[in-house]
Amino acid sequence: MRIHLASVPVDDQQKALRFYTETLGFQIKHNIPLGEYAWITVVSEEAPEGMELVLEPDDHPAVRPYKRALVEDGIPITSFAVDDVEAEHERLKGRGVRFVQPPTDLGTVITAVFDDTCGNLVQIAEEKRQP
Amino acid sequence: MDELVDRPGQSLFELCARLTMRHGINSSRQAITQHLDVLQAAGLVRARRVGRSRLHWFDSSPLKAIAERWPNSTEERGTER
Repeated sequence: MRIHLASVPVDDQQKALRFYTETLGFQIKHNIPLGEYAWITVVSEEAPEGMELVLEPDDHPAVRPYKRALVEDGIPITSFAVDDVEAEHERLKGRGVRFVQPPTDLGTVITAVFDDTCGNLVQIAEEKRQP
Repeated sequence: MDELVDRPGQSLFELCARLTMRHGINSSRQAITQHLDVLQAAGLVRARRVGRSRLHWFDSSPLKAIAERWPNSTEERGTER
């Protein structure tokens, strides 16, 4: 058994597709129209055959209150691995991304958290090399 | 409170992450919330909604009030010797 999908609930799939590709830099894997919504997944260009992130509509009545509650407490919906949080923070800030937590050294890991503009907070994390 | 001084205006998530990773405090989020409620009741922590998130700040003014009310305790101990 393998994990091949993870989903992020978004308030607008097309806006999400632009943010996750143009701003964050992921690549479209699938974009299949399904009536009102679409099956949209993106992948990292570092692992095009790897895990897919589903940009899923958040219209289920339970999802928006859940998202609001997470954002209220600053809890990210998911986390992406990066090699250098500081560099990603600078790159994304340059693209207008709003960070709610700047790069923070937590000992074994450095993290930062930004707003995905689709109703979620997203964490980026860099595992520090053990000396 | 040291962590809130290090970076004022933190969410519950960030504060919990710092407590876990920097101080080995593995209390539940609910437990940390209860601590924050007590600190807020004492006026030492202030919370405010910013955008869609609730952020926390340390407020030292209650401690200052204590120092003002009992200002010379250290000095007096010194002169007693």
